[in-house]
Amino acid sequence: MDLSSTTDPTDRPAPTTAGDGESGSGATERQSVGEPLQFVTFTVAEEAYAVDIMQVREIKAWSEVTRLPNQPEHMRGVLNLRGVIVPIFDLRCRFGSGLTDATATHVVVIVAVADRVVGILVDAVSDILTVSAEQIRPVPEMETRGDKDFLKGLATSDDRMVAILRLDALFDLNELAADGTPESAGTAAEQ
Amino acid sequence: MSKKILAVDDSKTMRDMIAFTLRGAGYEVVEADDGEDALSKLGGSGVNLVITDINMPRLDGIGLIKKLRSDPSYRSTPILVLTTESESSKKDEGREAGATGWIVKPFDPDQLLKVVQKVCA
Amino acid sequence: MDDLSRFRDTYLAECEELLRDLETHLSALHDGTADSECLNSIFRAVHSIKAGAGMFKFTELVDFSHEFEALLDNMRDGRVEVTAERVDLLFKASDVLADLVGAAAEGSEPPAAAANMLAKDLAAITSTAKTAPEANTPDQATRGDAGTSAEQSRQPGETVCYRIDFYPAAELFRHANEPLLLIRELKTLGEVEVEVDLSRLPDLQQIEPENAYLGWTITLRSDCGQDAVREVFEFVEDDCRLDIHIDANDAGSPAPSEETDASPGRRNGAEGSDRKQADRAAEEGQAAKGGPGARISSIRVDLDRVDRLVNMVGELVITQSMLSQQADDLPSDRLIQFTRGLEELATHTRELQESVMAIRMQPVKSVFARMPRLVREVTDKLGKRARLVTIGEETEVDKTVIEEISDPITHMIRNSLDHGLEPPEEREAAGKPADGTITLSAEHRGGRIVINIRDDGRGIDHSAVLARARERGLVAPGAELAPDEIEDLLFEPGFSTAATVTDISGRGVGLDVVRRNIQGLGGRVSVSSSPGSGTCFTMTLPLTLAVMDGMIVVAGGEKFVIPTTNIIESMRPGRDQVNRLPSGDELVEVRGDYLPLLYIARAFSIDGAVDDPSHGLVVLAETERKGRVGLVVDELLGQQQVVIKSLEDNYDPVPGISAATILGNGLVAPILDIEGLQSMSQISTSPPPGLAAAIPGGVRRTDAIASIEQPERNQWT
Repeated sequence: MDLSSTTDPTDRPAPTTAGDGESGSGATERQSVGEPLQFVTFTVAEEAYAVDIMQVREIKAWSEVTRLPNQPEHMRGVLNLRGVIVPIFDLRCRFGSGLTDATATHVVVIVAVADRVVGILVDAVSDILTVSAEQIRPVPEMETRGDKDFLKGLATSDDRMVAILRLDALFDLNELAADGTPESAGTAAEQ
Repeated sequence: MSKKILAVDDSKTMRDMIAFTLRGAGYEVVEADDGEDALSKLGGSGVNLVITDINMPRLDGIGLIKKLRSDPSYRSTPILVLTTESESSKKDEGREAGATGWIVKPFDPDQLLKVVQKVCA
Repeated sequence: MDDLSRFRDTYLAECEELLRDLETHLSALHDGTADSECLNSIFRAVHSIKAGAGMFKFTELVDFSHEFEALLDNMRDGRVEVTAERVDLLFKASDVLADLVGAAAEGSEPPAAAANMLAKDLAAITSTAKTAPEANTPDQATRGDAGTSAEQSRQPGETVCYRIDFYPAAELFRHANEPLLLIRELKTLGEVEVEVDLSRLPDLQQIEPENAYLGWTITLRSDCGQDAVREVFEFVEDDCRLDIHIDANDAGSPAPSEETDASPGRRNGAEGSDRKQADRAAEEGQAAKGGPGARISSIRVDLDRVDRLVNMVGELVITQSMLSQQADDLPSDRLIQFTRGLEELATHTRELQESVMAIRMQPVKSVFARMPRLVREVTDKLGKRARLVTIGEETEVDKTVIEEISDPITHMIRNSLDHGLEPPEEREAAGKPADGTITLSAEHRGGRIVINIRDDGRGIDHSAVLARARERGLVAPGAELAPDEIEDLLFEPGFSTAATVTDISGRGVGLDVVRRNIQGLGGRVSVSSSPGSGTCFTMTLPLTLAVMDGMIVVAGGEKFVIPTTNIIESMRPGRDQVNRLPSGDELVEVRGDYLPLLYIARAFSIDGAVDDPSHGLVVLAETERKGRVGLVVDELLGQQQVVIKSLEDNYDPVPGISAATILGNGLVAPILDIEGLQSMSQISTSPPPGLAAAIPGGVRRTDAIASIEQPERNQWT
């Protein structure tokens, strides 16, 4: 499924402000509160996640990647996307549940983060979720501080919790190069 | 048969603009970047009008006009000189050498066409 | 002027060239190597810039260049003396001109204040001209006042009847003016009736073809105003008798008279339709350009188009190699034509790629041209004196490289001026000319471009550098270093022997950054010096950053690309050629030299690679900083041109890998950064200074790969 035709490739990813007060980093209000927001949802290790549809460029099936040496485990390698080299990150591994046993049925979601195009390996893609800003709940304070930093908020779909990801925090690539374990990534993000 | 104009100027921009304006009005334009180049380009079939800048390397405008006027085939070919308004003496020098008229730079495209029509139709 | 705005970019590009010419000629003037044409060329350059500026309404540029041009005009005509001081002023003027052009190009604020001040200085000198210069009033657009009767103000729109007596002299025809055309012109102003005066026409036998015998009385009814009427005759006023009267007695039509067009007459009666036909023909003929001998030596193309072309050809190369690979699996005996066809395709693709890459090749002139001004500014600031000599500015490199060399060259020139060149007094005391010389040269060598920046300054103070390095702990105490090793220390981070880090070159960006950047491009930079005589920086770069020659190798089942420029040769060592050091490191003996072995698979933590070099292959490679190394791989797949794809566009730098390429099978293959690998494994044949004696066989620093033996593909199958 190629969503790039529905999104304007020149759009800069605009983080939603979602009225939860947690978004920070100077994001501008993209729309007035109340207008519906759209997300692409997918599953990783039985949990549901979502990313802003405006950031999604393409969705493709998993294909062989070329490993790069001495990179964090969740950095599976790079692939050739029509002549452009794109890194692929294993979300399952990133979230601490081990490497994905990737097959052709697995999915790579190609997203635009800051100035880069990267791919995230997920188990499967679900629906497009449409919610209004008020329907997004803030992430509560938890013991392990790490999670909060790359989650933008929580939504509900079909009685399931969907965690909305902040891609720019998840893939602060400089921090990943250092170590790459979720804890250290989380601590680094706190700085 | 459309009229053929030889445009001589060492500035490519100027040549481009003159050629563009004239071609747009239906003239055929041959370009040269100085006097000697102009003479070499006159070779085959003649031209109906020569428009030339004055300040050019190798053979300048005045020199070109004199050469043309001394050649029987070009004695009656209209020649226009391109001058800037600060060198009014050049207009006279051009006329003395045999130029038919002049165009002042910077020129208005319509003005250029008007002058061309005046000497060459 | 909308129609002509499309030429704005052409004009601005032309200005760049003109400014360069200006620079060159002014330098000649300054150096005393100017010829008689020099001032004329300088004048013409400024003149052309001014003319164009007027067309595009760059006001500040017009005003400034007007003053500049006026001074130059007086100088070339000898009315103003050219002194050394004034030449310096001309240089400043050309710098200001460049700034104004730059501002016009970017649409930013022009430096009006600086320009005005300098313009005043220029005007001041112009005013000292020996004979009073012409009163140049900017609005002498038309010679409006050669007139006879004074302008009589008419109400606009009021139709007036003019009676024009027009008697051309022979002169008029000598100027190729044509009365018919003038009369036609009058017709565009209003109603015209023409009466010819044949009274002066002699008998046929007595007619001199070049003489003028005819005259006309033209009645024009128009509301155009007398100026417009006069303008029709503006070119011929001196060559005829022209009287323009206003016929007050305008009752109805004037006395009927023969309306004879004595000259070409009715010939052009059906003129209107002729003209239309001519227009159509001209349009059709426009595609087939120009008359005989119209030579087109170059065309301007949008850079975007060229880039796209390069990319497409790159993809074509990849697809073609993919086909070739697939064809390898086919039974070749059955598909001879097909495989032959593919081979031809490969050849053609390669040729196409070379041609396309050649399009993007540009002379380094555009970068070199900025340097004289840099030298002027820096020497001004430092109170030193220097001149810049450039050689080989026509040497070409790919556009991608051109953009990258400007900063390093700038940095190294600044370095030379700041640290290399002595102040004038010191130079003279040493018997050198007060003006230092910086030579900037470029040439092709061995498929690369070599750029040298040489100065005739004091050279590198080896003992000071060594002392500093010891201070910093870069060198083991008591270690002795060869001069070239000391020179290389300059590229260590944070290194500066200047007592004060001057603003010019020491602004936290050291030579280490320069080196790193150049190496990132696949280039090398080094320095050598001769105490008292000077210093020379040498920078080499590949001719293009878009493609390169690479050797595809397999290590641990994964494919990598080794840049061919790093490869010396490949071999399969015998068991006895592989030696082990107590530390566990291995060496391979090659013709008496011992090279360290680097296992690619191990460096990349890949399992399953060939462990025994004598069962795999060793690619002998060499790098600028880390000397030679033997890379252990499983097998060689072959050499080919690879299109360089960036890893860093979407990811971060990976140590040991410089970029990536896409192989024929569509998969990505990393391009190895050999020096990076050496650093990672801390392997080098030029060990840290102070340990020179450690490796048996001695240490030889080689500066260039004298010969590269390419392994033949069949050798290893």
